[in-house]
Amino acid sequence: MKLNELTVKDAIAKLKKKEFSHAELYKDLHDAIAEKNSLYNIYLSLDAEAVSKADALLDTPLAGIPIAVKDNFLTTVLPTTASSFVLKGFRPPFDSTATKKLQKAGSVVIGKTNMDAWAHGSSTETSDFGPTKNPRNPDYLPGGSSGGSAAAIAANLTIGAIGSETAGSIRQPASWCGVVGLKPTYGRVSRYGVIAMASSTDSPGPIGKTVEDCAIMLTHMAGHDRYDGTTLPRPVPDYTKVLTKGVKGMKMGICYMDHPNIKGTDLDTAILKAAKVFEEMGAHVDMIPMSRDGKKGTILAPDYAIGVYTVVQRSEVSSNLARYDGVRYGADRSVFAHEAKNRIMLGTFTLSKGYADKYYVRAQQVRSLYRKNFEDLFSTYDVLLSSPTPGYALPSGASSGDPLFGELQDMLVEPSSLVGNTGISVPCWRNPETNLFLGLNIMEDQWQEEKILQAAAAYEQATDWNEWAK
Amino acid sequence: MLHYSNFRYNEPMKDTTFTTSDVRKIAGLANIPVTDEEAQDLAEGFTKTLKVVDTLSEVDVTGVTPTNQVTGLENVFREDEIDKTRIFTQEEALKNGKRVHKGFFVVDQVLEQ
Repeated sequence: MKLNELTVKDAIAKLKKKEFSHAELYKDLHDAIAEKNSLYNIYLSLDAEAVSKADALLDTPLAGIPIAVKDNFLTTVLPTTASSFVLKGFRPPFDSTATKKLQKAGSVVIGKTNMDAWAHGSSTETSDFGPTKNPRNPDYLPGGSSGGSAAAIAANLTIGAIGSETAGSIRQPASWCGVVGLKPTYGRVSRYGVIAMASSTDSPGPIGKTVEDCAIMLTHMAGHDRYDGTTLPRPVPDYTKVLTKGVKGMKMGICYMDHPNIKGTDLDTAILKAAKVFEEMGAHVDMIPMSRDGKKGTILAPDYAIGVYTVVQRSEVSSNLARYDGVRYGADRSVFAHEAKNRIMLGTFTLSKGYADKYYVRAQQVRSLYRKNFEDLFSTYDVLLSSPTPGYALPSGASSGDPLFGELQDMLVEPSSLVGNTGISVPCWRNPETNLFLGLNIMEDQWQEEKILQAAAAYEQATDWNEWAK
Repeated sequence: MLHYSNFRYNEPMKDTTFTTSDVRKIAGLANIPVTDEEAQDLAEGFTKTLKVVDTLSEVDVTGVTPTNQVTGLENVFREDEIDKTRIFTQEEALKNGKRVHKGFFVVDQVLEQ
């Protein structure tokens, strides 16, 4: 076994036991990157000096392990572009809080990963630096927008990784690449120094080989930040403490199975099988019917969330990307590629005089209905089960020409993301012909990361879908 | 593959359609240069997108308060003091500027002479 195939947990333990040196770990990693990065186009930049920083970190919690960082986190050590030519060569003068915390805990940023430009998309095909390929099958998309980080994990081109999610951008690529991705509660991980996309939903989070790896990374990313007024001063637990608690007596609800995009697909089979696994471990699982009004005991159809998310996200994009004027940094606004132009301009329209009430305010009202619906459901259920995305990875090129490609891929997580809830995607199915994976999305109310980690760890241990967890 | 026909939307109240001149107006507001070809493409994309957004009109939101944020936080203050760790030197502030002149950013003229 090559050392780059290790999990965060094992790499830390083995480094501390001096079973191998940082030099050996980073050599295997750099060899793998040299061999595979040109095939998959995962890293936009790499720190060749990473290993020299790792040696001094042995006694820290993360012991000098390498992490791959989505290229929308500002890093002083490497350029930060958000995969857009507008920021080509941009060297941030400060670090994001999330990467700073992870570095302080003893990890080393080995490289910056490809993404949909400005995180606008669910395919990593909108990157100005070319698309990333799915390491499970390079004819297919890795998903996005954190496609590079998920692919880096799938191809063993890093030990740990981080990404960011507005609605699906961690969990959808994790699902398509057959890895684990956790979207924290909005406000759990600081957005300071993360290139802003949709400020009311942006949530940085871990992408890893196992549930435990995500728990370890989240423990060192999360927390209040005085530079981000939307983070809450809540204590950060050691998220690894709950992983062996099991699911006995937990009440679970399955969602969206009667949606026409899921019914009768492999996903249908996979989720029902996952439910059976939970039942065998002592959980109580109900099927929650979908409704168009979210009345008690039902889950409000995700279809309306496409409209809500589209309006909220485009509006916030329009405001956030107004700062790119080419004066202080970056290129001027003519350099924006098609998808950014599309989103900025549609948001300009939905916020413009005479239309803001019709679109923006109405979208925020429907957002309240989703909020009420989840409040009702979580008064009955501990966790909700679904998938982050309606199926397997789609073939390369599938995202072009459809202005709502991303929204259709992310529709199953848009309702919960719009209300700030947390969720984790774990591999739950593999198609032996294509080698493509499906993900199980375990969702909970805000601040219940421990509950989803507990359920996800139990599932991972009880099944064979995750090769790293064996 | 997903198809829009899978969605069981009722007919939207009224379709919003975009012309290339609508797009040019928005492009002006957003300060985004667009070519004729792009304007055509964007107009079609906006029309298609708004068709989906318009389905929100079938939801009864009478008396529903809009959700603008989900943290429940109110009036987050900080001490009114200088944070020296967040101050750039002039050199740091200027280093990513493409057009700088004698320690200043160069900007396009915004006022008529």
